[in-house]
Amino acid sequence: MNARFHDFAHRLRANPGALFALAIIVALTALTVFGPRINPNGIETLDWLHMAAAPSLQSAHWFGTDRLGRDLYARTLEGARVSLSIGLVASAVSLLIGIGYGAVAGYVGGRTDHLMMRIIEILSGLPLIFFVIFLTVIFGRNESLLFFSIGAVGWLTMARIVRGQTLSIRRREFIEAAIASGAGTGRIIFKHVIPNVIGPVIVYATLTVPQIMMFESFLSFLGLGIQEPRASLGSLIADGAGEMEAAPWILLIPGGFLAALLLCLNIVGDGLRDALDAKES
Amino acid sequence: MLRYFLMRLGSAIPTLFIIVTIAFFLTRAAPGGPFDQEQTLPPEIMANLQAAYGLDQPILVQYGHYLGALLHGDFGPSFKYKDFTVTELIGQGFPVTLQLGAIALALALGAGIPAGTLAALRRHAAADYATMSLAVVGIAIPSFVVLPFLGLLFGIYLHWLPVAGWEPGSLRHLVLPVIALALPPLSVIARLVRASMLEVLGSHFIRTAFAKGLPLRTVILRHALRPALLPVAGYLAPAVASIMTGSLVVESIAGLPGIGRYLVQGALNRDYTLVLGMVILYSTLLIVMGLLVDLLYAWLDPRVALGR
Repeated sequence: MNARFHDFAHRLRANPGALFALAIIVALTALTVFGPRINPNGIETLDWLHMAAAPSLQSAHWFGTDRLGRDLYARTLEGARVSLSIGLVASAVSLLIGIGYGAVAGYVGGRTDHLMMRIIEILSGLPLIFFVIFLTVIFGRNESLLFFSIGAVGWLTMARIVRGQTLSIRRREFIEAAIASGAGTGRIIFKHVIPNVIGPVIVYATLTVPQIMMFESFLSFLGLGIQEPRASLGSLIADGAGEMEAAPWILLIPGGFLAALLLCLNIVGDGLRDALDAKES
Repeated sequence: MLRYFLMRLGSAIPTLFIIVTIAFFLTRAAPGGPFDQEQTLPPEIMANLQAAYGLDQPILVQYGHYLGALLHGDFGPSFKYKDFTVTELIGQGFPVTLQLGAIALALALGAGIPAGTLAALRRHAAADYATMSLAVVGIAIPSFVVLPFLGLLFGIYLHWLPVAGWEPGSLRHLVLPVIALALPPLSVIARLVRASMLEVLGSHFIRTAFAKGLPLRTVILRHALRPALLPVAGYLAPAVASIMTGSLVVESIAGLPGIGRYLVQGALNRDYTLVLGMVILYSTLLIVMGLLVDLLYAWLDPRVALGR
């Protein structure tokens, strides 16, 4: 395990693109956390004297303001923080569900496995996104439902990956040793299977973070996610797309933020996966 | 082949039936109704409206009527767009959405397959790195960011193409939306083709083909491409889903009169029949696509056991 980890770290270090992208993510995350403290403007404060003002370092609005005179620096950072935290929390939730489901299916095997995988197959064949839109609107636009529906989309792939990993270790000696020493199925899954598959699985999970962020901003763009006066990058981009002729910065700043975050998260995720899977490189 | 097709068709119909049923009862379970307005209507008028649309009957009777009409291709009247049936609304908008989606899918396949093949042939060379870097961008950045950015650049600053709007038969208005829609599936396809092409190129029968002295072109087109396209066939249904989802936002940004807006608007307005119609339409499209993909799979790889 340790030697494998060294290989992994070594291959990761040999990938400057991924390290650079990681540095950008850290910097942007730090900016969303500490950035609001060095700017006096709140996210809801209306500045009647500067509506749709262009970005300028001389004025109080570094990134300019939107058409209601709200500070875009404060709103973009708030939106990025909301998007990032939803991405992380929902990925963690889908990781938990996926690990539990996948480990049981993979370890128990047989008819149970067949049934559990068939359910996943059916669920991923459904046009889930339309049902999510449909549910979000019909049962009111509250954020817990948003988390639930996003998590419901995310765990399917996770469960498949965990099952695959579990299948690859279930015939190994340490599992047989555990069975021989009288451990129950539940104990084996929690104490032996999950700890041994979790490393690679977490690596794959890094790629679900940008997918979930994209989904959240998509819903917010449609007006089904985060509601005014709060902001998410998706809702800010929707605002900006309507004003792009007169005030392009309202689009470009949150759009650039989302693009940079998603791109860097994808590059890091790809880099981690390639480092884990030596065959690729 | 025919028997396999009929079997798959046989399993598609129950799936569709389940989707229709779940969707029907979910819309009815939701709080609020299609006639909720700022001012409450007098109870008599409300009762008349309910009766006119059959909403006063027991829910199972409504469900039966709906299913019966559906079998005749009738999605019922829209509750919010007065004087329009859902079939009419969908009929007006669907050609636009279909045109947009079909061109985007064609572009994704037509550009993604050659790009992936090229990247595999020029492995670890500039063309490979350039293609794969572009693919990361295409996968990472959603179409609702790409499209406004393209509109700003090519529409507002360069004046090459219209930013938004629609004229029947005008392809200029479709260029930017099509690019924005096609980019994510195009990138995935390029990646899939690169990976599977590399694997195929390393196999014995390709080495044999080269050893016979066949030119590269023939080896790729006659021998390598078909097995290398298997993962792409598997990705077709997700690609169509991605394009359909994308067209929800792309149509609204580009101001195209497709059916994308009806799903969100219909749900916000509690326009039961419209939402149901949209969900059924999209589900049917996806299921039909899945069916076609299975057939395509069997054609590409005869080892896929038919009738299994």
